[in-house]
Amino acid sequence: MTTLRRPEFLRHLLLIAMASVMFYPLAWMIGASFRDDSRINDSGLFPGADFTWDGYAEGWAGLGGVGFGQFILNSLLVSIACVVANVVACSVTAYAFARIEFRGRKVLFAVMIGTLLLPHHVILIPQYLMFREFGWVNTYLPFIVPKLLATDAFFIFLLVQFFRVLPRELDEAARIDGCGHFQIFWRILLPLATPALATTAIFTFIYSWNDFFTPLIYLTDTEMYTVPLALRGFIDANAESAFGALFAMSVLSLLPVLGIFIAFQRLLVNGIATTGLRG
Amino acid sequence: MASTTTSHRPAPSAPTDMPGRRRSGRRRDDVAGYLFLTPWLLGIVLIVGGPVLASLYLSFTDYSILGVPRLSGLDNYVRMLTDDPRFWTSLGVTLTYLFVSVPLVVVFALLLALVLDRGVRGLPLYRAVFYLPSLIGGSVAIAILWRSVFGGDGLFNAGLGLVGIDTDFSWIGTPDSALGTLIVLNVWQFGAPMLIFLAGLRQVPPELQEAARIDGAGAVRRFLSVTLPILSPIIFFNVLMSTVNAFQAFNTAYIVSNGTGGPANSTLFFTLYLYQRGFTNFEMGYASALGWALLLVAAGVTALLFLASRRFVFYGDR
Repeated sequence: MTTLRRPEFLRHLLLIAMASVMFYPLAWMIGASFRDDSRINDSGLFPGADFTWDGYAEGWAGLGGVGFGQFILNSLLVSIACVVANVVACSVTAYAFARIEFRGRKVLFAVMIGTLLLPHHVILIPQYLMFREFGWVNTYLPFIVPKLLATDAFFIFLLVQFFRVLPRELDEAARIDGCGHFQIFWRILLPLATPALATTAIFTFIYSWNDFFTPLIYLTDTEMYTVPLALRGFIDANAESAFGALFAMSVLSLLPVLGIFIAFQRLLVNGIATTGLRG
Repeated sequence: MASTTTSHRPAPSAPTDMPGRRRSGRRRDDVAGYLFLTPWLLGIVLIVGGPVLASLYLSFTDYSILGVPRLSGLDNYVRMLTDDPRFWTSLGVTLTYLFVSVPLVVVFALLLALVLDRGVRGLPLYRAVFYLPSLIGGSVAIAILWRSVFGGDGLFNAGLGLVGIDTDFSWIGTPDSALGTLIVLNVWQFGAPMLIFLAGLRQVPPELQEAARIDGAGAVRRFLSVTLPILSPIIFFNVLMSTVNAFQAFNTAYIVSNGTGGPANSTLFFTLYLYQRGFTNFEMGYASALGWALLLVAAGVTALLFLASRRFVFYGDR
């Protein structure tokens, strides 16, 4: 063992050095969000004598008369609605693909996998025109309805993989007891799939919380803005002057994701490892 | 719905059923299957498939959002190929971004996975820490951070100052280096593929490594002849997924350049250019044609990857 010690030590040194370089900017931004605008570019981590809450106060006041709290509420509303829609739609779809022997399953499953590789921008324009026709511009329906219609193939795939390894005997036993597909799905498979459902819920929340493109295209009124769009608004409104507010609200926008990450990192790491989901 | 599909699967595997009951059980499965699939089928028709076809149609029209689409034949495609330098610029930016950052991300992820693989103490913590950037890297907040870090008086130059290089060069404001900063941001998010590699490395049988060691193979040789072939399907998967992601990159370029793709179009990702045509100029026909061009280029690159994978990817069961 003693001969292993030196390389082991060097390995930790290397890993810690890498992590430090990777995270210095993030730590720095947190420190800088407590600095006065004029000193914002100091490269130190801690604001020290420059410490001020001004950035947060200014940022919290929001944009165009709408407080930042409203943007957070909007983001929460959209993200939670997306989570519910996605979990329901993807689990129902995954059950069909994993557990029901219907005709055409293989072809449809291949189609579903194919949509994983489809660049989203191909369908952007017609989708926008359609939703606009429906009067959905400046509503949250363009965020939620596609989720309700199970267009998030990644999570269908994740749940299919999970359902597939649950023992078939469970279904058989339930069928003998007179259960139909819906009861098997609802009473037997769903409770067993809690980890996969939680993974789906958490990733959907994070993606929706970070989503910038959908609000950029569909949301026009400031009262409807989600957090990422509001941050973009800060850049436009303040140009180079109010970095403190911009940094403060950026840090605030990262907090929910960081909190979820700390609380559920095991689930997230396992979710990635088993399915190849990305951040 | 059921009647529209024609493929037949082999007879069900429950052999004790009487034929009559089997048939009715099958029909019940068909009904249940399509009932459960209803949301997905609606989605695939209305939200995905329909729009794919609609955008093909629109790509042959001249359509400013206020009027009605007027058929214009191949005009959009001719204009794209012969009379639109920004089309070529944006295609070049996206392909450069892809061909530089995908190999970097995959190699980085693999190296870190190898370093972490051999039972390092504190593995769960390292894993989590290196994975975190993948969760937040695409957010507007991090794009804002990047703007600042690579600005003239930003953190990056301060770091260079520490090693004796004093400069106030704005990496993000200079055409030659702006795309590079976005590539760095993409590489920063190597954690997700790293986790996939770590899971894959656990499938490398230790007996094989041991056998190679006994045969006198050194560490490098063992990596090249044992680990790499076994890992090759996972490398392929990571390359494929990183490529798909790179084609769709948008947020950071938009935030860093204020939506312009500047400086001097150096961060004009194809997606950003499509956005500008569609939602700044409202040229819905032309933007649809750009969408289809993206689909064709992405399909071409993906096809090349699959072709290459036949040569380089080793599947154990073959």
